[in-house]
Amino acid sequence: MNLKAMNLKTFKGGLHPPDGKEFSATKAIEVCPLPEEIIIPLAQHIGAPAEVCVEVGAKVKKGTLIATARGFVSAPIHASTSGEVIAIEPRLHPMGKALPAIVIKPDGEDAWDENLKGANPDDLSGDELKACIQAAGIVGMGGATFPTHVKLSPPADKQIDTLILNGVECEPYLTADHRMMLEATEQILDGIAILRKVLGIERAVIGIEANKPDAIEKMTKEAAARNIEVQALEVKYPQGAEKQLIDAITGRQVPSGTLPMEVGVVVQNVGTAAAISDAVRLGRPLVERVVTITGPGIKEPKNLLVRIGTPLQFLVDQCEGLNGEPAKIIMGGPMMGQTQLSLETPAIRGTSGLLIFRKEDLPRYEAGPCIRCGRCIGACPIHLQPTAIATYARLDLFDEAEEYHALDCIECGCCTYTCPATLPLVQSIRYAKAAILAKKRTI
Amino acid sequence: MLASVLTLGGIGLFAAVALGIAAKKFAVEIDPRELAILEVLPGANCGACGLPGCGGYAKAIVDGSMAPNLCTPGGSETIEKIAHIMGVEAISADPQIAVVCCQGDNSKASLKYQYLGLEDCNAAQKVADGPKNCPGGCVGLGSCVRACPFDAIEITTEGLAVINRLKCTGCQKCIATCPRSVIKMTPLSTTTHVLCNSTDKGALVRKYCQVGCIACQICKKNAPESYQIEKFLARVDYDSAENPEAVVEKCPTKCIRDFSTGYPEGSSFSAPSPVKKPEQVA
Repeated sequence: MNLKAMNLKTFKGGLHPPDGKEFSATKAIEVCPLPEEIIIPLAQHIGAPAEVCVEVGAKVKKGTLIATARGFVSAPIHASTSGEVIAIEPRLHPMGKALPAIVIKPDGEDAWDENLKGANPDDLSGDELKACIQAAGIVGMGGATFPTHVKLSPPADKQIDTLILNGVECEPYLTADHRMMLEATEQILDGIAILRKVLGIERAVIGIEANKPDAIEKMTKEAAARNIEVQALEVKYPQGAEKQLIDAITGRQVPSGTLPMEVGVVVQNVGTAAAISDAVRLGRPLVERVVTITGPGIKEPKNLLVRIGTPLQFLVDQCEGLNGEPAKIIMGGPMMGQTQLSLETPAIRGTSGLLIFRKEDLPRYEAGPCIRCGRCIGACPIHLQPTAIATYARLDLFDEAEEYHALDCIECGCCTYTCPATLPLVQSIRYAKAAILAKKRTI
Repeated sequence: MLASVLTLGGIGLFAAVALGIAAKKFAVEIDPRELAILEVLPGANCGACGLPGCGGYAKAIVDGSMAPNLCTPGGSETIEKIAHIMGVEAISADPQIAVVCCQGDNSKASLKYQYLGLEDCNAAQKVADGPKNCPGGCVGLGSCVRACPFDAIEITTEGLAVINRLKCTGCQKCIATCPRSVIKMTPLSTTTHVLCNSTDKGALVRKYCQVGCIACQICKKNAPESYQIEKFLARVDYDSAENPEAVVEKCPTKCIRDFSTGYPEGSSFSAPSPVKKPEQVA
């Protein structure tokens, strides 16, 4: 396939860090075995944490509801294997704090709950399908874990005309979505059909970065018959950020402080589409996901199908263990992932990858003064002035930082990555954002 | 030529007369006491009194809306002068100064992770609740140092904030910026303080800090009037501080320190001179 002839679309700004995909891109998805203990935190999605609805000692099956959604912007949580609830207590959460979690001791059978019933999506109305998605606890699988049913409920005055499927996977090292597109093509396309029915629209576009030619080829071949477009995109970070993806594919810019529905677009990750297909056809809630375990600190990088709640240490053990002394453990990708305090933390719904670096992989440079080169401004996909906002942040001048639109920052890290003075730009902007938001809450 | 001179001169004359009348008619009366008080206030605009600046405080004293003894940076000298101006009797408050209630520097308290981000305690606190295992200990990235208008705080070589007792004026700017409330206001006349801010149980404190309060109650046994254990942390009642030598000596983890014998290790501050009692200051 000639990618040059494909008219690659993209947005303005961004950059391309070395992507490290070669570690795991060719590794087929393997099913991760059962760990000795499953730790399922109650806070796994954006919105209110779920509310426990089982007691210690309860016997659960795979897919049994163990915590209910608390409000509309929330999601229910299900047991990811069969076994016994042995504790409901605070455990180390990927956020770095001890937060309430349900601990399950697997019985080894891994039997699905027999009450779970699938349905043919053709027999259900849009609203019934949406209820199915909500009950299955589907959240955005790209990593942000925004509850999917909320995205599928645009207010009546917002006309949606395009559904964009995010198969970009622009974060370096991660290959989970890439493998999903190759190995779960049918489920993804089925999920897209369901999403189109829920939203009542026809146009669906799958965006894929040009560094995954095999995925583009396979998706194009399979999608053509179902009237789904596949758009190849330039290899550039953060091409997979929602607003940048919409800009690249439709040419529409989402206004500051609003959601994609403002410009008539809904974006869903390809992994989410596959999960939706399972939720509707098989009645299976979201209890497992594909995680890329990779990085120079891992002996045998792999893509694993992991039960939610599996401790990270267990995942490392499945990949032949650590390759040297780990210096940094990151959940997610290297640009926006969350650094972990230990390998005791469990994989959760937003865990797209586990990335381990050794000390020798992490050169550190002393930060120098800003040389006014403007590289951060050129790289910023939101077209902000990172250096100005960061300077204000370091002087605690948060009103000024807000005037420079600090709150529009998507924290992609391009500015820090490109800064020749190695200034902590995105870190300063995050600091300013937190301070501005805290101030807004108190007023 | 003549016309322009007359026109401009005329405008000038008119404006001068008008301004002169306006100045008399719309004069804002300032209480001379307000100006006099502003003269004696330190002029640091530090906010210790609760108002943003010295001007506002001077006005508030004259209004009678605020007490004349709230300027901690000025000390009792200033308070007496203000009292003299206002014609009231000076009620000298025991000056309060700030103390960092932690001794767990990098050599004594263990870390949860190595923090490599922005050099700011508030930023570090947002990353998994700070890099220390202790939930209350000093982060040591110097947010208070930058906030102090009197250059009274330093970070020791081991990464602990220490406040110079001779320079601190009690303006509380450091307290406002500290994300962990580890800095507390204490009377200047007392030099013995509990330098721990962890409310964890003793066994847990022992795990992560060599100099934390383990709530063993020994201080309470030696000075039952002034020491209480509350939430697994020793608290001093400064009004009845008794028997300080024995308390300091018997404390098994040495988390109770007498500042008159010196500052924590790694500080460049020399031992403070014998503490001045409030009544001796003036």
